[in-house]
Amino acid sequence: MISLAGRDIAHSWGKFVLTGMGLGLLIGVTLTMAGVYRGMVDDAHALLNNSGADLWVVQKDTQGPYAESSSLKDDVVRSVRGMPGVAQAANVTYFTMQVQVADGDDTRAMVVGTESGQSGEPGYLVAGRQITRGHYEAVADVKTGFALGERIRIRRHDYTVVGLTQRMVSSGGDPMVFIALKDAQEAQFLKDNDAIQNDRTRTATNTAFNRPGVPGLLDAVQALQTSSHSVNAVLVQLAPGFGAEQVAEPIRRWKHLQVFTRAGMEEILVAKLIATSAKQIGMFLVILAIVSAAIVAFIIYTMTLGKIREIAVLKLIGTRNITIASMILQQALGLGLIGFIVGKVAATIWAPVFPKFVLLLTQDAFTGLIVTLAICALASTLAIRTALKVDPAAAIG
Amino acid sequence: MKQRPLVVRRIVIGILAVALVAALAFVALRTGPLAPIKVTVTSVQEGKLNPAIFGIGTVEARRSWMVGPTVAGRVLSVRVDVGDVVKAGQLLAEMDPVDLDQRLAALDAALARASSTQAAAQAQVTDAMARRELAALNAKRNQDLAAQNFISPGALESRLQEKASADAALQTAQANLSGTAQDITRQKAERAALQQQRGNVRLLAPANGVVTSRDAEAGSTVVAGQPVLRLIDPASLWVRMRVDQGRSAGLAPGLKARIVLRSQPRTALQGQVARVELLADAVTEERIAQIAFASAPAPSASAVSASVGELAEVELQLPETATALLLPNASIQRLQGQTGVWRLSEGKPAFSPVRLGTSSLDGRVQVLEGLKAGDSVVVYSQKALTEGARVQVVDALVKTAAGSAP
Repeated sequence: MISLAGRDIAHSWGKFVLTGMGLGLLIGVTLTMAGVYRGMVDDAHALLNNSGADLWVVQKDTQGPYAESSSLKDDVVRSVRGMPGVAQAANVTYFTMQVQVADGDDTRAMVVGTESGQSGEPGYLVAGRQITRGHYEAVADVKTGFALGERIRIRRHDYTVVGLTQRMVSSGGDPMVFIALKDAQEAQFLKDNDAIQNDRTRTATNTAFNRPGVPGLLDAVQALQTSSHSVNAVLVQLAPGFGAEQVAEPIRRWKHLQVFTRAGMEEILVAKLIATSAKQIGMFLVILAIVSAAIVAFIIYTMTLGKIREIAVLKLIGTRNITIASMILQQALGLGLIGFIVGKVAATIWAPVFPKFVLLLTQDAFTGLIVTLAICALASTLAIRTALKVDPAAAIG
Repeated sequence: MKQRPLVVRRIVIGILAVALVAALAFVALRTGPLAPIKVTVTSVQEGKLNPAIFGIGTVEARRSWMVGPTVAGRVLSVRVDVGDVVKAGQLLAEMDPVDLDQRLAALDAALARASSTQAAAQAQVTDAMARRELAALNAKRNQDLAAQNFISPGALESRLQEKASADAALQTAQANLSGTAQDITRQKAERAALQQQRGNVRLLAPANGVVTSRDAEAGSTVVAGQPVLRLIDPASLWVRMRVDQGRSAGLAPGLKARIVLRSQPRTALQGQVARVELLADAVTEERIAQIAFASAPAPSASAVSASVGELAEVELQLPETATALLLPNASIQRLQGQTGVWRLSEGKPAFSPVRLGTSSLDGRVQVLEGLKAGDSVVVYSQKALTEGARVQVVDALVKTAAGSAP
């Protein structure tokens, strides 16, 4: 028995392939949108993975350091180190700002202050080296576009980019720039020179601080105002054999600090921080999927309608209904398959060009394949119904 | 299209189908969980390190002075301004002496009066001596007369009493005289004291130096100890360097230093560690050392100038280490609290814990234990590696013009 579907496709293969390609691009867009959504969630997970922490110790009654601002004194880390079950604890600061390159362009980046050799440092590099000097060196994510040896400006100091890393992003997808903790503390809390001058003048006019009989008091107060010993969070690694909650509870209770476990942090990041934007993308994804399905159905339907005379002829020469139905179904599935492959390849090709991370999961692709074939099959039933109802006389008339 | 035989069409369709499937396979293998992680590797080699200590500091003057009055008062005049070079003993400023001059004049008058009193006392002594001489002659004469019984014993006693009185009167006069002399000494001492105070309102330069700040102007009132002027010795500029305690191993006096001032980032100045302070900063977790310049930069406008308070970056050269295995620090990873590297054995990464020694500022670090020379170790990777992950070794992950680490 000859394949009617194959013959029909061979007859007008150019049209068939072009239709499949068009369909494929539509499916590609849908897959990409799913990738954008997955990418957002993955950005949040990457942030947690890269920090290398099991527990996050932050200011009491805050949900810092990513979702809310949190401020701790930098000696809190010492008392946390003394708690049972804490293998390592490290100070860390995060702040998002515009980082300037030498020629004046600026890039939005999350500046992370880490202690050398402690968690929070970039876990792996793609070029260069880790920070060795205590000041004025930076390791940047390749997405920032910085090159090794480039001088970047954070607040009033120039930093040399000594290393590059990859996939180190904030929950918002901003690439990270790692600098030494002391530099970061200064950069985070340092005001610009005008503000410092204004503050000095303001303090000097306050007679409580500027007493004629107490020389040196004003200088001491001024010095106190410009120094900073705050950090945003303490990253804790657990000692082997201790559960996260088991270590977190005493810190919460006796140190009067908020402690988040990995699960709690994921909850904050995924369910709270990126919830609205993720829902936005998810909503768009749903609509796009429905629209794609409708378009696929209409394409197959109109394709069948275009062949209605030929089908009438087939019926006239006595072709069985089942043969006609299987021809339409095979064509629909073939179209769906071509569309899916083209879509998957297209999505993979254009995904890296996106400014934010697009994560194409294999399981998403499988779901996409099954849904595409299901929609094609469903749409073909509509076409089959029309085809079977056609009057053989239409072939002549 | 109609002209082409069916076979050709089938072949074309077949080729298209194969191409599509090939593209899908390529995409599936190059991305997602099936794709290998690209890494670069290096082999562990022996070598020597030139470790160094890096820190930042501020330019300070080793010798500085705050010149001010020892008692509260009003500034009368300030003779020098910021930047003036002053010599030791030069008059810098003067405090208002208020009534010191008048009190000096009063003391002078009192001294003159004391001299007059002394002259009067001297005259009284002379007078008493004359009276005593006369009384002595009279007594002698009356004694002779009494011996010949020419006069009554009563008359003699009267003369003897006169002589004794005259003696006493002389002693009184002499005591008065020495009293006036002591008075003069006292007055002179008081005058000298006042003179000292008068001199003290003149603020003199304690040493050769340069004026760095002028804190009070003529007419302003300052309390005791409050500076009117500040001086520094420009030849004594050095850098107060702060080093992270964790990176300060080997910090010692005498180490050669490379100093880069913030105002001259292209010029490196030579220096050496003059002093390592015994007290470290417990709050900032830093140690403090003083770095002297090899050739002192002048604070004024010259080829090499530094201003006090300027930020400086200091790099201290430590002696070269012994030969040991070396690795780039980018290859060092921390996994579950262990420090180690990803070693490639038979194309698969395996985590080997290592013990590290000193490291240099260019990013190389000594490996003391855990590796052999010639071992292949992963340096850069596209993402975090796991035990036995599929890897693909490439030359570089990022195309850079520089090529190697700066």
